[in-house]
Amino acid sequence: MFTTMNNRDQLIIAGKKFKSRLFLGTGKFQSSGIMIQAIEAAESEIVTTAVRRIDLKNPQDSFIKNIDPRKYLFLPNTSGARNAEEAVRVAKIARASGVSNWIKLEVTPDPNYLLPCPVETLAAAKELVKLNFVVLPYINADPVLAKHLEETGCATVMPLASPIGSNRGIKTKEMINIIIEMSNIPVVVDAGLGCPSHAAEVMEAGADAVLVNTAIATAKNPVLYAEAFKLAVESGRKAFLAGIPGVHNKASASSPLTGFLQK
Amino acid sequence: MSGFNKIINTDFINSLLKISSSTNKEMVSDLLKKEQWNLSDFPALISPAASEYIEELARISHNITKQRFGNTMQMYIPLYISNFCDNTCLYCGFNVQNTTKRKRLSKEEILKEAVHINEKGFKHILILTGESNEKADSNYIREAIKIIKPHFSSISLEIQPLSTDKYAGLIKEGADSLTIYQETYHKKTYEKYHLSGKKKSFNNRIASTDYAGQAGFYRINIGALLGLYDWRFEALALAHHLNYLIKKYWKIKFSVSLPRIQKISTSFNVPFKVTDLDITQFICAFRLVFPDTGITLSTREPAELRNSLIKIGVTTLSAESHTSPGTYSGQVNNGKEQFSVSDHRRLEQINACLIQNGYDMVMKDWDRSFQS
Repeated sequence: MFTTMNNRDQLIIAGKKFKSRLFLGTGKFQSSGIMIQAIEAAESEIVTTAVRRIDLKNPQDSFIKNIDPRKYLFLPNTSGARNAEEAVRVAKIARASGVSNWIKLEVTPDPNYLLPCPVETLAAAKELVKLNFVVLPYINADPVLAKHLEETGCATVMPLASPIGSNRGIKTKEMINIIIEMSNIPVVVDAGLGCPSHAAEVMEAGADAVLVNTAIATAKNPVLYAEAFKLAVESGRKAFLAGIPGVHNKASASSPLTGFLQK
Repeated sequence: MSGFNKIINTDFINSLLKISSSTNKEMVSDLLKKEQWNLSDFPALISPAASEYIEELARISHNITKQRFGNTMQMYIPLYISNFCDNTCLYCGFNVQNTTKRKRLSKEEILKEAVHINEKGFKHILILTGESNEKADSNYIREAIKIIKPHFSSISLEIQPLSTDKYAGLIKEGADSLTIYQETYHKKTYEKYHLSGKKKSFNNRIASTDYAGQAGFYRINIGALLGLYDWRFEALALAHHLNYLIKKYWKIKFSVSLPRIQKISTSFNVPFKVTDLDITQFICAFRLVFPDTGITLSTREPAELRNSLIKIGVTTLSAESHTSPGTYSGQVNNGKEQFSVSDHRRLEQINACLIQNGYDMVMKDWDRSFQS
């Protein structure tokens, strides 16, 4: 029964169905060969790449050439944009090249921690939705912003667990829980997940998917680590679906103390 | 004391230098047990005592760099378009006092060069000129950007200091990054080696990074020319300059370079020798305190050293460089070089070395669509 349920369990974004709940980023890998192997080991179906890294005019570009659009949904991102105007322009270029009309919206005015700007992200999201993009915005774990973006028509929200590339785990747990509780669109936890247990933890909490890049790309064995993340995401998802038993601080007596009242 | 005043205050930097020289091995050993470092740790990290921990420093630096920058190395190529210069900088091949032949590329020559180096696979270009008001003013540079723009994803400039407005005009035309070196942060030394021309003023030189910051470049690369004065003094001042800029111009990505003076045809005796160990320690200290700051290493350094330093903290490399105008496409070969190149390897050879060390060579990491 469990297996049957699991087979039916799909992630749906903008009407598109996915079996995998693990998105992969493509930066920081030591070669495109290892990147592809890691994507395969992760069994990811959604793969994101910065537009600034792709040579859109060149069919021999290592991303365009290696990421088969029949197997993967290629999700270009606006990494590097400092404001809404730049992000919208980059998204338009990506779409015009025929790569995708999906866009992972990243507006990060600070170039070191790459924290997303709520003001410019919301402005860009409004514009991009109007232009019929499927918009997946990267945000700080701000539940109110997440609702605004949902109302704007975004396809998902992608709150960060901790600063991008930091591998620090889930430092925004309380806020992510509220986002999951309040959201009507898929919540994809993005940034900061350093090890599979981090991914399992947010999946157990009810996140719809996670996105991982640095942890896998910089692992000693990226392919094996990608597989480990895949298993953790599946494990966390199954636990969430199974219903996690409540945690009790105190022992509970197996024979009820107030049983006499039933008599 | 504001960040800016700290950088130009020799006494302040000297006081940090004292902290550095009085650091002992025990203090360094304790320091290396930390997980994160900040600017107040910088004097100890560059101390003579810390140089005895270079292997440990290098390992930490390597790990941080891998985490923050991944297994990648950004590549670029410099394009010298004019070597006319108004300044007398005693260490430089473009020095106005040098009587050798000068060259300024015409529009057609710039195009030829751009096409030629683009065919090699480069997408990031650094346009350089000598600092001549008449021959390489902002109009000439704007024209050059216009010609080069269709062929490259990213255009950096290393040109004479300009006003905020003029910098902004060049960004609008298509430049995204600026490199500007203070050469030396030690004022007296600066005055000793910069005898005439606009560059004579130490304070104007330092202020130009602020003009660039206000103009809104996406990336700014700063540095000191190592060998003019005590490298530890330069490292301390550069760290404070960087910290000041990062905090003030928080949307700009800053990086540092650490060029060592190389031979030029006129004899210039390097007054403060900087060893390979010094350079390595310099890189490690910056990496520990500024984990997200890019570090550039040019072809001034020999192949062997570059092969070693890519594993320690360097994130950006130039390749196949020529330092006189017109030489890539073989149009002219009589222009004066700014300095001599030590690493003459072809891009493919550097790539082979990067692959061997587990790095992916990145040719493109910017897109014109950000700007227009």
